[in-house]
Amino acid sequence: MGRTILNWKSFLPLLAIFLILLILPPLLPRFYTYIIALMFVTGLLAMSLNIVVGHGGLFQFHHAAFYGASAYTFALILTKTSLPLWIGFIAAPIVAAVIGLVIGLFCVRLTRLYFGMLQISLGSLIWAIVFRWYHFTGGDDGIHGIPMPPFLSSLTSSYYFILIVMAICLAVIYLIFKSPFGTTLLAIRDNPQRCEAVGINVRRHQLAAIVIATFFAGMAGVLFVVLERSVFPDLLFWVLSLEIFIMCLLGGWFTFLGPFLGAAIMVSLRTFVGIYTEYWTLILGIILILLIFFLPEGVMGFLLEKFGSQVAGPRERGIE
Amino acid sequence: MDSGYILTFAALSSQFLVGLSRAMILFIVCSGMSFVLGVLRVPNVAHGSLYMIGAFSAFSISTLFGGSSTGFWLALIISPLVVALVSLIAERALFCHLYEREHLMLLLFTFALMLILGDLVKLTWGADYRSIMAPPFLRGSIPIFGSSFPRYNLFLLIVGPVVAISLYLFTNKTKIGKIARAAAVDREMVGAVGINVSWVFAAAFVIGCYLAGLGGALVAPMVSITLGMDHDIIIEAFLIVTIGGLGNMWGALVGSLIFGITQAFGVLFWPQFAIVFPYLAVVIILILRPTGMLKSVW
Repeated sequence: MGRTILNWKSFLPLLAIFLILLILPPLLPRFYTYIIALMFVTGLLAMSLNIVVGHGGLFQFHHAAFYGASAYTFALILTKTSLPLWIGFIAAPIVAAVIGLVIGLFCVRLTRLYFGMLQISLGSLIWAIVFRWYHFTGGDDGIHGIPMPPFLSSLTSSYYFILIVMAICLAVIYLIFKSPFGTTLLAIRDNPQRCEAVGINVRRHQLAAIVIATFFAGMAGVLFVVLERSVFPDLLFWVLSLEIFIMCLLGGWFTFLGPFLGAAIMVSLRTFVGIYTEYWTLILGIILILLIFFLPEGVMGFLLEKFGSQVAGPRERGIE
Repeated sequence: MDSGYILTFAALSSQFLVGLSRAMILFIVCSGMSFVLGVLRVPNVAHGSLYMIGAFSAFSISTLFGGSSTGFWLALIISPLVVALVSLIAERALFCHLYEREHLMLLLFTFALMLILGDLVKLTWGADYRSIMAPPFLRGSIPIFGSSFPRYNLFLLIVGPVVAISLYLFTNKTKIGKIARAAAVDREMVGAVGINVSWVFAAAFVIGCYLAGLGGALVAPMVSITLGMDHDIIIEAFLIVTIGGLGNMWGALVGSLIFGITQAFGVLFWPQFAIVFPYLAVVIILILRPTGMLKSVW
């Protein structure tokens, strides 16, 4: 990803897409508005994971823990305290980032699979606590009917809110990728030893990437609550974490918007295959296997290679 | 139950035995995962699904014989073989073509396999709760240390060590076991001396999955067999294999003991947060010894 994918020429189509998304809700049935908003939330979540996976080369196996922790923080602030909405809105992602910092401190000492495993166990610890702490988190029932202020009361207004927050987050993530920090991260992914040798503090950079990624996962968690008005322990379960990971691989983890595309594909698969058959995971499994065999670079990676003027990121070293 | 009662020696020791027998099931499942991890270097996410298939096919076989003792013993023998067959098909048809690819792709494949197998189980057996009966002489409890202890758990305490010893003999005394161990340490070298590594991998994968099926068949009389048991076991298996040392069979045993026993004592001391204790134990171990208790083959 050394070169720009978003130059001026490709900025115009993006602006057009954004404008189309702005005028969509009145034209679409309610259900589709909801699905698109869900794609935004899931897309932001996948993009946040890709900061550490595609760009950082880390095995962030339990990303959902941060997403769920933020969603729960937001939900608890709204239901159990009388603090205004905006405090919850700021506090929740910060809580996610702080948890990310603590877990990250332990994890960055390890490499690859051990990193992932330690993260799974720490994340599962959070899940187990949320799952069991009935008085506080509602246990396996979760929290439902979270009150929203008037300006977020309708689906359409939530849609706009989610769209705008997501767009800002994606822009910030893009700027981070283009910053010296982003390129250093890429260098660490491709060759940690050499980076260490030229004097880059590898672990500190990885830790910073984890904190940034968990912060944006927290933003996605807040947006999820805005959309669904409920939280439940499955938000922190490791199955969701693997699903987010799959979204990145599915869409193309060496491209900027690939994970977003992967998330959109996953959400639509679940929704529309789910309408016709209850065996949607079977279909998803088969699609995944086809993808592994025929599109190892992900859908976006494939599209960019086929039609784009720029090729996707360097693959020679990859994350292996 | 007030704390004055539960902290008696009898309760402690019986709970210890319960934890121990739970650890035996975990060990059988995790040793399989560890074996695959050691030789193929892939954390097999579908391992839990194979465990689930083992339990469901044990149910079918047992039902076929009207829940008789013969049915139970046949289930114990045949259902791991069913699982081994499923894994052999998946390995030879799809998985073996991916060995040259990136690691994450292999992980992704096993995840896809988990999704597919999970739904196939739903298609075959439906979403109902199932259960099977152990043979009469394994039902009920016997008194130990002044409290009653289920006979079936005692049976597991015998099966666990038998499996451990068989595995030890297999990996140390048979030729294929030795080759598999060699492949775990240095697969290029194994290929270089003229052994077909692809078939070694296939054998290791099938044996690992056989153990998952055996675990599933053994656990079947103790739990209600249902969809979702794959998700519950797989995360535990992952953590056990990690704290034991990736790919180390004896590590799987140590990890299972830690996990099973902390879980059992957690139930005794703080039932509401019982599931937190094993995770906490895992976290502490990984922070103190990041690469696991025993030497990893990685």
